[in-house]
Amino acid sequence: MKIHEYQAKAILAKFGVTVPRGEVVAKKDEARAVAERLGTPVTVVKAQIHAGGRGKGGGVKLAKSPDEAASLAGHMLGMNLVTAQTGPEGRIVRRVLVEEGLDIQREIYLSVLVDRGVGAPVFMASAAGGMEIEEVAHKHPEKILREAIHAETGFQPYHARKLAFGLGLSSELARAAVPFMTALYRAFDETDSSLLEINPCVVTGDGRLVALDAKINFDDNALYRHPEYRDLRDLDEETPLEVEASKYRLSYIKLDGSIACMVNGAGLAMATMDIIKLSGGSPANFLDVGGDASEERVKNAFRILISDPNVKAVFINVFGGILRCDMLASGIVSAAKELRIAVPVVVRMEGTNVREGQEILRNSGLNFAVADGMKDGAEKAVKLAGGAR
Amino acid sequence: MSILVDSKTRVLVQGLTGREGSFHSQQMIDYGTKIVAGVTPGKGGTKHLGVPVFNTVAEAARKTGATVAIAFVPPAFAADGILEAIDAGLDLVICIAEGVPVLDMVRVAAALKNSKTRLIGPNCPGVISPGQSKLGIMPGFIHERGHVGVVSRSGTLTYEAVGQLSKLGIGQSTCVGIGGDPIIGTQFIDVIKLFNEDPHTHAIVLIGEIGGNNEEIAAEYIKKHVRKPVVGFIAGQTAPPGRRMGHAGAIISGGKGTAKEKYAALRAAGIHTVQSPAEIGETMARVLGKKKSGSKTASKKPSRKTPKRGKR
Repeated sequence: MKIHEYQAKAILAKFGVTVPRGEVVAKKDEARAVAERLGTPVTVVKAQIHAGGRGKGGGVKLAKSPDEAASLAGHMLGMNLVTAQTGPEGRIVRRVLVEEGLDIQREIYLSVLVDRGVGAPVFMASAAGGMEIEEVAHKHPEKILREAIHAETGFQPYHARKLAFGLGLSSELARAAVPFMTALYRAFDETDSSLLEINPCVVTGDGRLVALDAKINFDDNALYRHPEYRDLRDLDEETPLEVEASKYRLSYIKLDGSIACMVNGAGLAMATMDIIKLSGGSPANFLDVGGDASEERVKNAFRILISDPNVKAVFINVFGGILRCDMLASGIVSAAKELRIAVPVVVRMEGTNVREGQEILRNSGLNFAVADGMKDGAEKAVKLAGGAR
Repeated sequence: MSILVDSKTRVLVQGLTGREGSFHSQQMIDYGTKIVAGVTPGKGGTKHLGVPVFNTVAEAARKTGATVAIAFVPPAFAADGILEAIDAGLDLVICIAEGVPVLDMVRVAAALKNSKTRLIGPNCPGVISPGQSKLGIMPGFIHERGHVGVVSRSGTLTYEAVGQLSKLGIGQSTCVGIGGDPIIGTQFIDVIKLFNEDPHTHAIVLIGEIGGNNEEIAAEYIKKHVRKPVVGFIAGQTAPPGRRMGHAGAIISGGKGTAKEKYAALRAAGIHTVQSPAEIGETMARVLGKKKSGSKTASKKPSRKTPKRGKR
């Protein structure tokens, strides 16, 4: 789960990480009030959306007076901010963060994430702060320092010293880096984050380390341990159909093609998208109904699929294991009747109780195209959706 | 003629008396799996499905000689269950649970390094040596006894591949679902090594996914050490970057872990790559030089996209 910068900074502050003073606002006049309260000659107005690259898109601006802060906030609030990460459709800005301006001497990059190769968290640092880390990794991999953190001993002061001296920080700053980085690591570990990124972390004129930006992604699987973070979810930042799907524990991702797919299992769902493409079509979504899908869940999945206006055909590809084909067929039939599905539906079933399932489809009086194998199914779906494109 | 488990493997089930544990244990018993013990804390001394139940894994292992555990426990308790199996000194523990917190797995991975225990999973369908032993949730009836080893990160996509093989009369030595999470106990390379050393496995199917670089690492090993033919497929050729495709581990991040990169690595290792998931079985048939009668797909012309190395 992603959260906003202002939410991440509030969490980090609780763990003792230094962040700029500031407040989040949703109205222009509140921005003026915050800037006045901060009292610094310069304030920064930052659009709060879940995507990065805000600076280049015009979502981060400096204000030299409270009036200017208000006018910048007024301009940003409600605007559709397009960045490299939002895609061309952009995101509506609903809140801005107004912060004190700092005397920035240097920018560095810091992050903690789980490295799947190492099987442990890795603390990363780079002298190239403010840049996209992927770009640094691509062009100057030697500029990225990495410290794997062992599960038994956790983050130690020497980790911080190695990183700080590796970045070329002074002895004084290296000393300051120990509590700063330790607090960051604790925040990552104790909130069950999958990613914690400070880009940039700045060195100020008075010799402090400050998290100028902050990004935290929580591990969805560990959210049950942190009920207080559930409320930080911002549904406005998610695609409406994906929000709807998540209510029924359906793993759904909207894509821009015309053939909707309903599949059990993530691997088979990806493979189904692939074979639609190979057959000349284009998938409208990724959807995994799960291994333990009930009739009700199948019905909800169907409803979500066909509410995408681009969909011209539905391809159901199920290999029954625990999920029985007869149960799936009943779900499909009742959904098709109840929702009056107008687009053609291709069904490919295999595995547990496949014969009973096909019987139910045949006797339903509805016109399903039954496929023999996933290749046949994909080809039929492409044809029914209006042919290859 | 198998790896990891065979007809003699003595199995204990963690969470035997639960709803899922009961259902799948019955299926496993029906398949012929030698389930000798169950573990449910507080239910020690009772019997369930005709199997003695114990309070702890250590006691169950000591009293029944079980060397392998399969855990049917909710994701929140999965790490605890795996650590208990490691503590009991078992050879192998299979964890089916989907949704285990990744930092829990970090601690488990560290414990595994200092132990003799192997972990398969989590978030996996399990392991089956057809005709001998089934330790997992896969439908047993689609499998046939034979000489092709199957290893995959996915569940139903593995069934799909196995279904294609069996229809063409190509049996399997062992099928291993290693799991779809970022941190898993056993990687592709580990299973490939076992298949390579198993005299009864004559060929290998490797089914990868986008995300991470385990397929690339396995390909490197195959290039150097494996002379048995390998057929490879990667799911997620059409997946958009930055989105988690169901599995926590299936995500293209920072431009890394794409299907394109993985296919390139597989091809460089001389693996027979398959672009279409519908052609895994027939490609293996062609590689093995088999032509089974009574099957529609086997007589088809090979796809132009598959490399030439597999000619008969």
